[in-house]
Amino acid sequence: MGTIFFLIVFPLVVAVALLVLKTDAIRDMLVRVAAIVIGAASIYLAVQYYGTGGEMFDFHSETLNYLFMVIEALLAVVVIVLGIKYKKYLALVLAAIQTPILIWFELTIGHHVNVVNNIYIDRLSIVMVLIIGIIGSLICVYALPYMKDFQHHHHGEKDRRPWFFFLLFLFLSAMFGIVVSNNLVWLHFFWEITTLCSFFLIGFTKTKEAIDNSFRALIFNLMGGFGFVLAILVLGTYYNTLELSTMILYGTMGYSVVLPAALLAFAGITKAAQMPFSSWLLGAMVAPTPTSALLHSSTMVKAGVFLIIKLSPVLGWNMAGIMTMMVGGITFLFASFAAISQSNAKRVLAYSTVANLGLIVACAGIGTYAAVWAAVMLVIFHAITKSLLFLCVGTAEHNIGSRDIEDMDGLFGRMPRLATFMIVGISGMFLAPLGMLVSKWAAMTAFIDSGNILLVAIICFGSAATAFYWTKWLGKMTAIMARRENIQDHVHKEEWVVLGTLTGMTIIAIMAFPIISSGILVPYLVNVFAGVDAASLLSGNMFIMTAMLALVILLPILFFGKTNKKIVPIYLSGANVGDDLRFTDSFQQPKEVSLKNWYMEDYFGEVKMSRYGNIASAVVIIAVMAMMLGGVL
Amino acid sequence: MSYVTKSPWVIHYDGSSCNGCDIEVLACLTPMYDVERFGIINTGNPKHADVFLVTGAINEQNKGVVQQIYDQMPEPKVVVAVGICATSGGIFKECYNILGGTDTVIPVDVYVPGCAARPEAIIDGVVKGLSVLAEKKAAMGKKPVETAPAAEAAATETEMKEEA
Amino acid sequence: MTTMILWVIAYLIFAPLVGGILAGLDRIVSARMQGRVGPPILQPFYDVLKLMEKEALTVNKVQDFYVMCFLIFIIITGGFFFAGGDLLLVIFSLTLASVFLIVAAFSSNSPYAQIGAERELLQIMAYEPMVLMTAVGFYMFTGSFRVSDILTFGQMPLLYLIGIFFGYLFILTIKFRKSPFDLSMSHHAHQELVKGLTTEFSGKTLAMIEVAHWYENIFLLGFVFLFFVNGTPLGIALGVVVCLVAYFLEVLIDNSYARMKWQFTLKSSWVIAITAGFINLVVLRFMF
Repeated sequence: MGTIFFLIVFPLVVAVALLVLKTDAIRDMLVRVAAIVIGAASIYLAVQYYGTGGEMFDFHSETLNYLFMVIEALLAVVVIVLGIKYKKYLALVLAAIQTPILIWFELTIGHHVNVVNNIYIDRLSIVMVLIIGIIGSLICVYALPYMKDFQHHHHGEKDRRPWFFFLLFLFLSAMFGIVVSNNLVWLHFFWEITTLCSFFLIGFTKTKEAIDNSFRALIFNLMGGFGFVLAILVLGTYYNTLELSTMILYGTMGYSVVLPAALLAFAGITKAAQMPFSSWLLGAMVAPTPTSALLHSSTMVKAGVFLIIKLSPVLGWNMAGIMTMMVGGITFLFASFAAISQSNAKRVLAYSTVANLGLIVACAGIGTYAAVWAAVMLVIFHAITKSLLFLCVGTAEHNIGSRDIEDMDGLFGRMPRLATFMIVGISGMFLAPLGMLVSKWAAMTAFIDSGNILLVAIICFGSAATAFYWTKWLGKMTAIMARRENIQDHVHKEEWVVLGTLTGMTIIAIMAFPIISSGILVPYLVNVFAGVDAASLLSGNMFIMTAMLALVILLPILFFGKTNKKIVPIYLSGANVGDDLRFTDSFQQPKEVSLKNWYMEDYFGEVKMSRYGNIASAVVIIAVMAMMLGGVL
Repeated sequence: MSYVTKSPWVIHYDGSSCNGCDIEVLACLTPMYDVERFGIINTGNPKHADVFLVTGAINEQNKGVVQQIYDQMPEPKVVVAVGICATSGGIFKECYNILGGTDTVIPVDVYVPGCAARPEAIIDGVVKGLSVLAEKKAAMGKKPVETAPAAEAAATETEMKEEA
Repeated sequence: MTTMILWVIAYLIFAPLVGGILAGLDRIVSARMQGRVGPPILQPFYDVLKLMEKEALTVNKVQDFYVMCFLIFIIITGGFFFAGGDLLLVIFSLTLASVFLIVAAFSSNSPYAQIGAERELLQIMAYEPMVLMTAVGFYMFTGSFRVSDILTFGQMPLLYLIGIFFGYLFILTIKFRKSPFDLSMSHHAHQELVKGLTTEFSGKTLAMIEVAHWYENIFLLGFVFLFFVNGTPLGIALGVVVCLVAYFLEVLIDNSYARMKWQFTLKSSWVIAITAGFINLVVLRFMF
């Protein structure tokens, strides 16, 4: 248990230290050392509890409860003050309602509910701890040089990097808290901390847009938080428990826990940026790239899906489950479509995150053994791959001065190493023998077995759209353009280290996925879904996939770029000036060839897609909530 | 035996002309003449073509284009100049912007006279071209000594391109 | 196991032969439909052999690598199919192969090839849902994605998968690169932007693409065959006959339509997937 506390407290201490110590040299050192320590501690924790089938700790502390309560009250005050300052009264109202309710509850009813186990750890927590501990701290290291450049670009402004790094490490601490808390009140406390952290990180640049977007994120997440508080209230009042494990136990024993499950799933849906709440994650793009990478891969949104995956045994074909799977499915479909119309690389990544989270949420909503297997696999692969892609785009942006995919023309010639990393990342997101596709495959099978044909159709169309937007980006980057200067020497060493590590992890995770499956996932799932046959999952195909993967890695090593053929200019209707970049026009003047990608704005326009998706999701959520309230009243 | 003669793919370019020969070339593809019987396909792409059919005369504007299309065709290749304009400049010969026949820019293997050239004559010209194609193919394999410097030149050219 | 290996070997050897002959037949039948005589039946083989003899040219150092991967993965995809493997695996590795082809065309940075590549990509997006639904339909009917299980299931899937069958035939036009959906590359020069996707490929590289298409066509027809198996020789005979009829039908459609716009391709194939495919799946859901 010591390691667990260490993982929560240590980042907190580092965060405070970073806030106080303001010199560059100390920060550089501190962040690097802390990253290594956190990463090592996560691995140590994983090794320590690897054999666990889910371990509970009956750790009690009244002081801690009160401390949490005080901090929570303070946070509410902060939100209220900021709400007044920036005239965002909805945030103010949400904070002013839910925090007093929660405190009142804790002091009255909650006080009499006996909580046996506040902290627990199981294999899912271990997976999450590894993701947060390794990927999260890698992103912090990457942020060092990035923020130096950032400060350089915003010369003359106040250096607010201590605050930035404080938030990053606080975020990690809160995330560790989320994945090990069994007491829902504690979980809610850490949950709110991540909400606040993301709020400050998104609004970091303090431009008008940043502040608006940060408040949007805050408001949506506070709405989710409100659902969370209601769930605590219902559980404490009617079920006399505040423990997640007890609630799930009740659910699997046959008691109906649909209402609290739906409320918690709702909280998860807001945090995981599902439609109709997805716009906060897209608005988060205004923040510096490390923030986006953190929010999208290892923290924040993963907290949302983590909670829903935890709930999955009580979801399925009940109101809560139907709401979750349909919202997930709708989000997956429309976010995938919307990604087609984007040329801003970060927005493509953002929509792809929203879409993948949708798939995870849908899988968890189905709540069968195979579906949850797919969900956890998606979480793992998505975390690694997406952080890699975000950081690559950040590096590209700093070096080519644009995050537009159109400007990444021929990146392969200009920054070969970076382009290779990105190609690994992009292929990892949708191509055959690689991780995400394996999970998607499992998800599809699970959807069919669950009998939800609508979701099956959704995944068929969504996958087609996914292949489209990734491949056109891939194509843009792999285009070989003549006479491109190699500019990758300007990239900082830390960035290479982090990007290289993440690429390595992507490849290792892909290769090791049968081991991850049989070593971690299957034991976890057998525990959660007692008595399910574990061997039926893709066993033969797993082997084939691995063989295919070996081929995909081997072929480029053996043959890539090796040719003794004569290299000739491209065909430009016989009017190629000779450099492959210009042709002779009808006035005998050289003219640049310019090639643009395909966005199909009329069909997959962002505004249209988000509108349809938001309406459909909102209808599902409102209908389910209304039906449940109708049942209760 | 070489398969080049069994599947001659054609690229057709029309220079300064009255378009008469141009139309006759297309007539070859019709059911009446059906050149596909000989495996002949009209591709629009020099990189796929074996036979370069030129109709019309060469002028200042299209000189470079004809040259480049010829250059972009992979060996072995033959050039068939169809119609009197392509062979010598024809009726346009004395015009201010006309350079003359196809052979003012690229080497021509078969000349097909006529104004306009009849489809039968064009097909006959292409078939004559096939024997030249076979000869060139046979020559390709036999002259490693001569191709070597060319390959070397190409290599240096590529290197230069890369450095630039 | 032994039969499986024999099937794969037979596929590796005979698929290009049968595929090439089918391509030759296509050209003759097309010619007859247009009132011409047409080339000899072995013409596609002459073409490929000629391409092998041509001078080796390329526009960059990587394009040939991608095309080689395309060929390899197309062959592997067919191998999975004829080894009795998983239909979804077949579809996913087919997508992988197609992505290699698209990247090959993109890598040239030639405008014609890139437009072809983008169109090819659009075609993938157009047909993918229907192809996936075809696999799902077989799974829901027979309880397995594996070709070997579908073959031994004993009941003819056609009657229960009739909507999916027609949906699959529809998108087969896209896969066979026939008008009205031959957006990315056509065998008819007159309606193509230079040569679409293949503009920058020449010689051996182009030959590889042709051979890959022969392999591809064979296992795509294999999907059609699956609709008719019922474990009896009659089913097999019927399957083969319907494959040939389907191929003839595609040639007929090819010769009777001009190329449509990409908008029509996308819309019509998705509408077909939603109507024929999805409704069929819903019906299956409530039957089994």
